[in-house]
Amino acid sequence: MSNRVIKVDALARVEGEGSLYVRVKDNEIKEVRFGIFEPPRFFEAFLQGRHFMEVPDITARICGICPIAYQMGAIQAMENAFGVEVPRPIRDLRRLIYCGEWIESHALHVYMLHAPDFLGLSDAIQLAKSNRDLVQKALRLKKIGNDLLEAVGGGRAIHPVNMRVGGFFRTPRKAEIRALIPDLEWAIQASHDTIRLVGGFNFPDIEQNYTFVALRHEREYAIHEGRVVSNRGLDIGLPEFLDHFDEEHVKHSNALHGFQKPGKQPYHVGPLARFAINHDKLHPETLSAAKEVGLGAVVRNPFQSIVVRSLEILQVCLDALAIAKNYEEPDSPHTEPVVKASVGYGCTEAPRGLCFHRYEIDDQGLVKTARIMPPTAQNQKIIESDLWKVVAAHLSLPDEDLKWRCEQAIRNYDPCISCATHFLKLTVDRE
Amino acid sequence: MTANDALIIGIGNEFRRDDSAGLLVAARIEARNLPGVEVLTHHGEGTGLMSLWQGRSLVVVVDAVSSGQDCGTLHVVNTRCEPIPSGWTLFSSHAFGLAEAVELARDLGELPQSLWIVGVEGKDFSHGQELSPAVAHALENAVTKVIELVRPMA
Repeated sequence: MSNRVIKVDALARVEGEGSLYVRVKDNEIKEVRFGIFEPPRFFEAFLQGRHFMEVPDITARICGICPIAYQMGAIQAMENAFGVEVPRPIRDLRRLIYCGEWIESHALHVYMLHAPDFLGLSDAIQLAKSNRDLVQKALRLKKIGNDLLEAVGGGRAIHPVNMRVGGFFRTPRKAEIRALIPDLEWAIQASHDTIRLVGGFNFPDIEQNYTFVALRHEREYAIHEGRVVSNRGLDIGLPEFLDHFDEEHVKHSNALHGFQKPGKQPYHVGPLARFAINHDKLHPETLSAAKEVGLGAVVRNPFQSIVVRSLEILQVCLDALAIAKNYEEPDSPHTEPVVKASVGYGCTEAPRGLCFHRYEIDDQGLVKTARIMPPTAQNQKIIESDLWKVVAAHLSLPDEDLKWRCEQAIRNYDPCISCATHFLKLTVDRE
Repeated sequence: MTANDALIIGIGNEFRRDDSAGLLVAARIEARNLPGVEVLTHHGEGTGLMSLWQGRSLVVVVDAVSSGQDCGTLHVVNTRCEPIPSGWTLFSSHAFGLAEAVELARDLGELPQSLWIVGVEGKDFSHGQELSPAVAHALENAVTKVIELVRPMA
């Protein structure tokens, strides 16, 4: 009888702390556990009793990599509760700052965290030794994302302070936004180079028949607004979200595991889901770049997420450039909300996938209940499902190689474990 | 602020007890309003740190450290002469943090002329704001050390 345990105590190149345990008996996988031991932070509980205006700046603290996702979801939920409509220039600025977050988050993941996997290197430092220009390009790309965040977000890229319910505290001057144009033009070219590079990587031959869930918008590649749509016919407004999706505690993790009802079906959020659901909304230049590297309308190989993520960098650079060229300063930086007891919903596409917010507000504008579903929590079950398939396909590999393949499979999702509840432990048991 | 000013970067999480040491040291130095010294705080993501210190000549990064030594011990590393010791745990949840940023900057030739790391040995990194007594006691020594390092500029 052959027993095999593979164990990674500290998975590298993921945001946060977690662990992986795989047990194999007689060449058959018995158990796969993607565990998260980062302690829960109880954001939803301590939002209770807070004034609605405080909420976006509190939720921004959920994540240092994607604060806009948490800020904007909360802001839009409050606006939804109070019936606030924002004018076009405010909407454009919101999309622009979100493009900045996608650029910096995707550039960090594609180059510094994920590309080394495909180049047989241990990390970005090794990558810099073999390809200095590439790493410098990545750093400049990421900085352009940060510059966008700072230009719109009030001088701080990490926890921007300028967004508020109803709009912005201060809207940027036209000249400040126009000044971003030359860098964005460079970023578009750099994105094409990135797509060609990662498109040429070798990918393990693994495909999954995913249920993809993403926002969809009638006019654009959905980032900050839309209906929740799946590739299996679901098409719902935000108030119906919790009728179809929920989360559960599992013994081996501090992160909640999201599932689709009925039953507890895994589903996939993030770049592959967005690409499949909104393929027709991609910019012609992005579509053509996708075709050049051989991608069809749907990508089911999770390892190719690095290519889709790179295409999304191009998409948002193109979007950001168009907004920067056309931006006109709004008459007023914000619309003042009128408080009423209500329930509000907000949902945006964080770099890692759909991020849902629901708040119940009382007539004094205080939060009665809060519910936030981060993308990494929603992807927990699908990550485990991918791992079953990856381990099964690579059982012949020695433990060290199998361990590395599993870590790579987890990095396909750019999991932000800090958001989902932080580091990964991998244990593979071969009995 | 100019590129000739000394730059002090405090790193940490204010809600993870001893991990806030870097932020608290930075705040105390900022309150002294030293001429020729810029003080910033940061959550520790590596590429962000690299863009903060790019083009600067004298930089001191203050962070909490866990290396197994006595709580409150002050560590001083001149990154021009040595890497950040591999036995240190810098309490960052980031996949690419301070230690990686220093080594990547070194490879790219983008390490400031002087980049010092001042580490305060912590013990309790759980949720909360209260410091271990030894860390609270070490803060002023860390402030003195950082000011001594930036004195040529200040």
